[in-house]
Amino acid sequence: MPVLSLLVLLAVWQALAIYLNNNLLPTPATVATVFWLESVSGQLPYHMGVTLLRLLASFSIAMFLGCAIGIALGRNKKLDAFFDNWLVIFLNVPALVTIILCYVWFGLVESAAILAVVVNKLPNVIVTIREGTRRLDQDLLEMGCSFHFSARKMLVHVIWPQLHPFVMAATRSGLALIWKIILVVELLGRSNGMGYQLHLFFQLFDVASILAYTIAFVAIIQLIELMILKPLDKKSLRWRR
Amino acid sequence: MSAIDINIHCKIFPAIGKAGENLAIKNLQFSIDSGEFVCLVGPSGSGKTTLLNLIAELDEDYEGEITVGCNETDSKIGYIFQNPRLLPWRTVRENIELVMNSGHSSTIVDELLGVMQLTEAQQVYPERLSLGMSRRVSIIRAFAIEPDVLLMDEPFVSLDAPTARQVRELLVKLWCNRPHTVLFVTHDLREAITLADRIIFLSARPMTVVSEIAVTIPRAGRHNEGVVEVFRQQLLNDYPEIKQLL
Repeated sequence: MPVLSLLVLLAVWQALAIYLNNNLLPTPATVATVFWLESVSGQLPYHMGVTLLRLLASFSIAMFLGCAIGIALGRNKKLDAFFDNWLVIFLNVPALVTIILCYVWFGLVESAAILAVVVNKLPNVIVTIREGTRRLDQDLLEMGCSFHFSARKMLVHVIWPQLHPFVMAATRSGLALIWKIILVVELLGRSNGMGYQLHLFFQLFDVASILAYTIAFVAIIQLIELMILKPLDKKSLRWRR
Repeated sequence: MSAIDINIHCKIFPAIGKAGENLAIKNLQFSIDSGEFVCLVGPSGSGKTTLLNLIAELDEDYEGEITVGCNETDSKIGYIFQNPRLLPWRTVRENIELVMNSGHSSTIVDELLGVMQLTEAQQVYPERLSLGMSRRVSIIRAFAIEPDVLLMDEPFVSLDAPTARQVRELLVKLWCNRPHTVLFVTHDLREAITLADRIIFLSARPMTVVSEIAVTIPRAGRHNEGVVEVFRQQLLNDYPEIKQLL
């Protein structure tokens, strides 16, 4: 069924392209050719690789910090009351503003680019994990206390498994968000990566290349979902009835 | 030498929302000897669970003092909660081994699983267990740390009668193998008579001791329900004040 629906989408695209007969909407075959040429020349893998590295770096930092801060805020009411407003403010600063400010303040450098993405993503992770921490089962925490669990044991065996669905939600929404922000970051201030390339193609009105890169992009995200996230879900939910 | 000394002046739950301040315990004093099996009997909602939480140091907001064991060494407390409180994402065996010190011997776990008839189920996740089985796992978990003091909070409530009897017998068997101080909360007088060396009757809120009665039937004769029933009737006649607590 998924194969069939994808084929129908391709067919619609092909028919539309033939009907319009305009290089602003190339046929799937043209896009496939461009995809092949870009891959062979090494351009596509290079820029994709650069973007993926930025994704990995900013995602890891945002998730690690977000989980730590989220758990702290969820467990400590006073801390939470103090920082709640900060969170709301950072949640609502437009991504573009953070990106511009990071570049203005720290220059057009790699670390500024990563920082801009992290600052955009971090509040989302914190809010999700904080919500999860507030919902921790009090009975199980008491059980851990009464048997004198160490902090590490408590985190690994009692708290983390309960946070897992929230971490997965933050991961999925995070990947989708970070992808989009990274492209803007690259477009505004880097000289490589997908965002930079798309900007170049835009100036040349090269729609075939834009589509080729987009498809490569979507395929990679699908692979991450299938190869990493789904198995993780399956492994950690094996105890459910 | 007493294993537990309780002397609580008062325990107050602060007001939340429209519910006002709640005085849960007032002038509660009793002590329990080392190796003694004591049942606490009182009406539901009187604050028995609160008391166990205070003894287990889960709640330290009260006036008074509670001493468990002698002061030089920390006594190990095993707590069996009203609901089993197993970690659903760990197997039966993992749940038990998790509370033990690293470097524990697996023979203790094997032995306990055997006595509680759970050897077959040790690799199962708790959501697949019946309530009776989960209860037994939580009992094993508390015994596994070889506690000096065991706190039990109505561990057999909502089990059907035959299952409750079976688990109760298994509990007594475990306790006889390795005697230690037990504080057992229940509102079922028959259960208390079957298990206890001594029964402490507690009032409704604010909770305080109404009377303390030693159970004089020998342990060997207690599986006979008739004997227990006779003792119960006699108790109710001799101590009319406990009737309203049941």
